[in-house]
Amino acid sequence: MSLWVDKYRPTTLGKLDYHKEQAAHLRKLVEGGDFPHLLVYGPSGAGKKTRIMCTLRELYGPGVEKLRIEQSQFTTPSNKKLEISTISSNYHIEVNPSDVGHNDRVVIQELIKNVAQVNQLDTSTQKNFKVVVLTEVDRLSKEAQHALRRTMEKYMATCRLILCCNSTSKVIPAIRSRCLGLRVAAPSVDEICQILTTVCKKEGLTLPREMAEKVAEKSGRNLRRALLMCEACRVQQYPFNPERDVSEPDWEIYLRETATLIAQQQSPKRLLEVRGRLYELLTHCIPPDVIMKGLLKELLQVCDGQMKAEVVHNAAYYEHRLQQGQKAIYHLEAFVAKFMAIYKRFLEEGIADIF
Amino acid sequence: MQAFLKGGTSGPSKDKAVSSDSSSSSKAKIIPWVEKYRPKTVEDVAHQDEVVAVLKKSLEGSDLPNLLFYGPPGTGKTSTILAAARQLFGPELYRERVLELNASDERGISVIREKVKKFAQLTAGRARPDGKPCPPFKIIVLDEADSMTKDAQSALRRTMERETKTTRFCLICNYVSRIIEPITSRCAKFRFKPLDDDILTSRLKAICEGEGVDIDDKAVATVLKSSEGDMRKAIMFLQSASRLCGKDSTVSSDIILDIAGVVPGERLEQLIATCSSDSYEDLDVAIREVIMDGFAASQVLSQLHDNIVINESLSDKQKSIICEKMAEVDKSLMDGADEYLQLMALFSTIMTQICHGN
Ligand SMILES: Nc1ncnc2c1ncn2[C@@H]1O[C@H](COP(=O)(O)OP(=O)(O)OP(=O)(O)O)[C@@H](O)[C@H]1O
Ligand SMILES: Nc1ncnc2c1ncn2[C@@H]1O[C@H](COP(=O)(O)OP(=O)(O)OP(=O)(O)O)[C@@H](O)[C@H]1O
Ligand SMILES: [Mg+2]
Ligand SMILES: [Mg+2]
Repeated sequence: MSLWVDKYRPTTLGKLDYHKEQAAHLRKLVEGGDFPHLLVYGPSGAGKKTRIMCTLRELYGPGVEKLRIEQSQFTTPSNKKLEISTISSNYHIEVNPSDVGHNDRVVIQELIKNVAQVNQLDTSTQKNFKVVVLTEVDRLSKEAQHALRRTMEKYMATCRLILCCNSTSKVIPAIRSRCLGLRVAAPSVDEICQILTTVCKKEGLTLPREMAEKVAEKSGRNLRRALLMCEACRVQQYPFNPERDVSEPDWEIYLRETATLIAQQQSPKRLLEVRGRLYELLTHCIPPDVIMKGLLKELLQVCDGQMKAEVVHNAAYYEHRLQQGQKAIYHLEAFVAKFMAIYKRFLEEGIADIF
Repeated sequence: MQAFLKGGTSGPSKDKAVSSDSSSSSKAKIIPWVEKYRPKTVEDVAHQDEVVAVLKKSLEGSDLPNLLFYGPPGTGKTSTILAAARQLFGPELYRERVLELNASDERGISVIREKVKKFAQLTAGRARPDGKPCPPFKIIVLDEADSMTKDAQSALRRTMERETKTTRFCLICNYVSRIIEPITSRCAKFRFKPLDDDILTSRLKAICEGEGVDIDDKAVATVLKSSEGDMRKAIMFLQSASRLCGKDSTVSSDIILDIAGVVPGERLEQLIATCSSDSYEDLDVAIREVIMDGFAASQVLSQLHDNIVINESLSDKQKSIICEKMAEVDKSLMDGADEYLQLMALFSTIMTQICHGN
């Protein structure tokens, strides 16, 4: 039994149920024959991957759905062996180069050359190029991005790239210049409601409107999360009870409590306590930027106007440092300490004002 | 002469420009316009007069210095040297005389020492198989040289010195500051400028004519604005837009805006208006929406900059504070910082300036 997110994933451009206009655009691009390199970007769970697969299907027919998962081997110039898993069909290959860290350049270099030089060419599809799908390109090293530049032009006759990422901010201008950008906005709350309702109908379930809205709101416009939450609710209780709260992940609650602890008391002792909790979150693989944003959201609620600005700046500042540094905990803790200082000062000034 | 023209530069080079290993000309029909309209000769290169002049002289027989081309993407750097090399050596000698190494090739020190050295040491005659004279040297093109390590660059410098008699180097990069001084000082430097509006317009119009594309003037203006002097981008926008519109309709400005990922003007105005509300809650909602709609923070930043600089309701001091923050945010984004936090920090600076800055 597969999860709803997999079971009801649309497989053709015609079946995509939102941003229909964009789907029609994609179809026309395929018809044109001279398909460009694509840079598909948008927030998580917006349906980028789904759209890419539908486009491939439009290009090559149902053959692209026969997928093989393989381990590919590459050798670095210094003779280190790299292994990376790839998903491929006869027509395309998908890989996430950042899986091999700073050796991503080697993978890109070899992979594209291999694909481009082995001229497969199935006459039945009338396509003379294969597609290489690279995911998470915003995590590629600069070296790897540079290595893509000329390669993208040189092998254009036999190989097209579809690059996928959350934001183009980290993609170098020379690559952006070589791709057609495709922005995939997250579906609106209404669109998510619609999809949840349709999916439930297909499962033979009735989903009350209120419930659908509740889930859609909670999902933060992330369709994947919405579907997962809805399925979880189904498992917990059916018929759906719209009165009941849609359950949140434990870590979100834990994070909120952590923020409350910070707002309640500002002392070295409390800082130590908070640190333990931050460690706990990190060891459960909650990404540090998510922790930072979660803390910020809660902490802002106890701040007043001008102080909010100061706190926001510090969150941005420490998160930036965190991305560059080695250990996330230092920077998270530094932010918490900074907040405590700001907040305490504010409280003391407040008391001084009263007298 | 007739035979030369027929068998010469423009014919076969068309395919080579696309890929070194494709040769069937039936494929040429469906190659993307960016490649189709890549300049085939040095004269074809638009807007880069200085370098064209130097290369034309060398086509007439004078010596060629080592070259360093730098400038933003899509301004003709790669096209220029490839066209020149093809014109200098003709299609038969091209492979023998031109070595192209780019960032996707292995270019560590050992490669520079061995591959480049070996290639440079081959002797080069003064005539082509077709009898036409050609210069007695080879050209090594190092594209994307800014991604070479400092060590590899130093190794290159020594090779450059040693092989001056037989080899010319052409280094190409986006950022000249990443090339070490001993190399820049040994090359004739040419900055490739972003193409200006007139030239882009005339080239785009020519392509439209060739491809039978209908486009209105407003849409052309939008292409110019969103491609920022990058001809590759401009051509790409044009082609994609014409595909999306279909054969019979006119390419409109809205389609171009959509393709270019531009934040709609009203949206940006609305963000700035939110800043005047002095409400963090509103700002928070607005910024989350922008991110959910998939707009890149860097895009917001660049459009916002245009807006702030000419915004008349802000004093110079306020502008300078905001712009300083913008620079900081730009750098942080490049370093991989979170987009939401950076945009919040930027817009809260604007909010503070609008609502509380003097
Ligand atoms: N048009 C659609 N109609 C219905 N369901 C969809 C549609 N697009 C995507 N989905 C559902 O949403 C889920 C998430 O989509 P997808 O994996 O394409 O997101 P993504 O943008 O690649 O996310 P991430 O960036 O997190 O990888 C899919 O599992 C699929 O079930
Ligand atoms: N000066 C120019 N004249 C004519 N066409 C140009 C010019 N500059 C760019 N183009 C067009 O843009 C395409 C890309 O140009 P080119 O590869 O030379 O850019 P580049 O400067 O090498 O960019 P990058 O720094 O990204 O490698 C060409 O195929 C051509 O269609
Ligand atoms: Mg995905
Ligand atoms: Mg180039």
